[in-house]
Amino acid sequence: MTRKQRRLILIGAGLGVLALAAGLILSALNDTIVFFRTPTEVAQKQVTPGARLRLGGLVETGSVVKAGTLTTFSITDGNAAVKVAYQGILPDLFREGQGVVAEGALQPDGQFKADSVLAKHDEKYMPREVADALKQQGLWKDGAPAPGAASPSTRQPGS
Amino acid sequence: MIAEIGQYALALAFALALAQVILPGWGATRGDAVLMGSAGPIALALFGFVAFAFGALVQLYVTSDFTVVNVVENSHSQMPLIYRVTSTWGNHEGSMLLWVFVLAIFGALVVVFGANLPDRLKALVLSVQGAVASAFLSFILFTSNPFARIVPPPAEGRSLNPILQDPGLAIHPPLLYLGYVGLSISFSFAIAALIEGRIDAAWARWVRPWTLAAWVFLTLGIAVGSYWAYYELGWGGWWFWDPVENASLMPWLAATALLHSAVVMEKRDALKVWTILLAILAFSLSLVGTFLVRSGVLTSVHAFATDPARGVFILGILTFFIAGGLALFAFRASELKQGGLFAPISREGALVFNNLFLTAAAAAVLVGTLYPLALEAFTGAKITVGPPYFNLVFGGLMLPLIFAMPFGPLLAWKRGDILGAAQRLMLAAGLAIVAAVVTAAATTGGPVLAPLAVGLAAFIMLGALTDLAERAGLGRVGAKVALARLAGVPRSAYGTAIAHFGVGVCLLGIVCETSWSLEKIAAVKLGDTITIGSRTLTLDRLENRTGPNFRARTAVFSIRDGGVPEGTVEASRRTFAARQMATTEAGLRTFGFSQLYVSMAEEAADGHVSVRATFKPFVTLIWLGAVVMALGGVLSLADRRLRVGAPRPAAKKQRQAVAPAE
Repeated sequence: MTRKQRRLILIGAGLGVLALAAGLILSALNDTIVFFRTPTEVAQKQVTPGARLRLGGLVETGSVVKAGTLTTFSITDGNAAVKVAYQGILPDLFREGQGVVAEGALQPDGQFKADSVLAKHDEKYMPREVADALKQQGLWKDGAPAPGAASPSTRQPGS
Repeated sequence: MIAEIGQYALALAFALALAQVILPGWGATRGDAVLMGSAGPIALALFGFVAFAFGALVQLYVTSDFTVVNVVENSHSQMPLIYRVTSTWGNHEGSMLLWVFVLAIFGALVVVFGANLPDRLKALVLSVQGAVASAFLSFILFTSNPFARIVPPPAEGRSLNPILQDPGLAIHPPLLYLGYVGLSISFSFAIAALIEGRIDAAWARWVRPWTLAAWVFLTLGIAVGSYWAYYELGWGGWWFWDPVENASLMPWLAATALLHSAVVMEKRDALKVWTILLAILAFSLSLVGTFLVRSGVLTSVHAFATDPARGVFILGILTFFIAGGLALFAFRASELKQGGLFAPISREGALVFNNLFLTAAAAAVLVGTLYPLALEAFTGAKITVGPPYFNLVFGGLMLPLIFAMPFGPLLAWKRGDILGAAQRLMLAAGLAIVAAVVTAAATTGGPVLAPLAVGLAAFIMLGALTDLAERAGLGRVGAKVALARLAGVPRSAYGTAIAHFGVGVCLLGIVCETSWSLEKIAAVKLGDTITIGSRTLTLDRLENRTGPNFRARTAVFSIRDGGVPEGTVEASRRTFAARQMATTEAGLRTFGFSQLYVSMAEEAADGHVSVRATFKPFVTLIWLGAVVMALGGVLSLADRRLRVGAPRPAAKKQRQAVAPAE
């Protein structure tokens, strides 16, 4: 084998792996990305039931109902609210009036079935998508505490 | 006073870093030995000043000096001493200082261990190191000053984020930074080689141990981070494909590729241009990681603060070093002479295969991490690229690589015999098939392919042992001779075998945990029992406890396996008064390599507690595998040829040979 042939084989193998990787990346990106939506967008029927999405906003005050390990609550952006059902243990910082992102799918009856719920990591941090969505609604400004963040009325008993 | 002195030390360090760029660099262009020689003392002094500044910040934290903004925001006088120390880097400013501190350590180590480096190469390497140090020091001084004062000082600090109040913070960031920043050494060597326009096997021999050391730290750092997230975040996941995790995984993949290509360069003088490119890419990915974590473009536990000025500044540093490095590479790479020839089926070919898949995997992770950012910037659409993408793409690219792994070390250099290698792996493959069949028979549920994956893990582990057995001639010669030969096998070969074995261990843990975990979520009250597999958990009592700076509500469960008592497990929720914030402390019990994982939610008003109990079979193998890999790296570092040191390049030898005649 000449030097040239060997190099061709190497380059061919490189391009092959690259093509494989590109193919995998493109097909996986098509099938697996999850869009972020606000309750307003859901209310305007921009979302097909069954498709996976992330729903973000504030947990509506007074909407949290716990029954055993099933929790239902509403996510609101001030304009519209979507009812969410979640089976399992909520994150530590899940509170009424606080920012939250739920991932799951919209059911045909308009309820959102979440399989994971993300709350903020500490009192300074608001999920960025939520912050942007709330800014659009004029509900929140950079640097200001989240609406209802520290007001005692939204604290749950025992916390 | 300490804060001011610390800041002054930082400013001096910045000036020294600039001197470290200019003087040795200028000396190298003029061939001035004195100027080139200045690099060493400057690098040591730089280390001294940065160490002093870092020590000053630690001291401010330990004494809870609340006249300093950084301490106020991240510390509290009631925190235990260890967390007062670790809070030093549990925030943006402090962690950047730790970054630069580690960089200075590596600079000093080059001076200490580089006594027999060629002068010009050493001067250039330290000059590039100085450039990186000055960029990050200016970042700290101009955008993230950890020593800023606050007037009037508050009486008490705001405390560290409770999630970070964990021994994990003492280990994870320093290890990770040793890995990240350690890659700057290979980067500096690559840039120096490009400037010199000359590179040889001795160069690879210099670079490999540094890369290996960085890789060992990075491997351990990622493993510790993963275990920390596993027990602290309360839902038992060990890898989330979070952008911040990806930020550490990408340099790891590139560093792994670099380790392997440097072997080819060292032994066979081939793949020079590629190795240089990889060295640049590996550190570039470290910088991308730093940018992702520090700029605030992402939201996560790690993104402490979001300040656009910082993001732009880091982006500037990133662009300068990556674009500069790649531009230099484009102009100068053609100067490097082509090295040895090899057939596609050979040890070199196998290592090229490894490199192709590792870099493709790194690229896939990079695309998945940056795609949401890019899409949002261009179209405004907000999307998440989650685990399904990464599992599919990363898994798809890792599978062929992992399958090929046992073959590589069995192929000869230059021209290998794939059939011969396959023959020698027959025993390993046969046992692996047995393992798969036994697994399929012994388990119920889980994916259909899981037993096959267990077989693959067994194949890797046995394949790694096959390499050692082959070297000893086990089965062909007597046991005594084989043992004697085994003792004579170089440590680097042991390193390879053990590191590869570790990959198999890790894979086994991943497969078992994802396929056969048992999970129960239930609302229980006192005396209730949860059944999970053959075990039962009974809620014995709920009690209140107090820690140094928190109150805890603890649930104590007694474990029984088929009626036999196996002790207790405690899950708790801690409430930190300083931040009005709660954390979940999962209860962990280890049985062999498996773990029982119990976490609890807040108690409901009627006394019910939501509990999530998970039995995770062989989960600890995931992290043990990483530790085994790191151990392989350490053994390889202890190899004789690295301890004895690289031979000087040919030109140097001649000069030495001539010297006595002068």
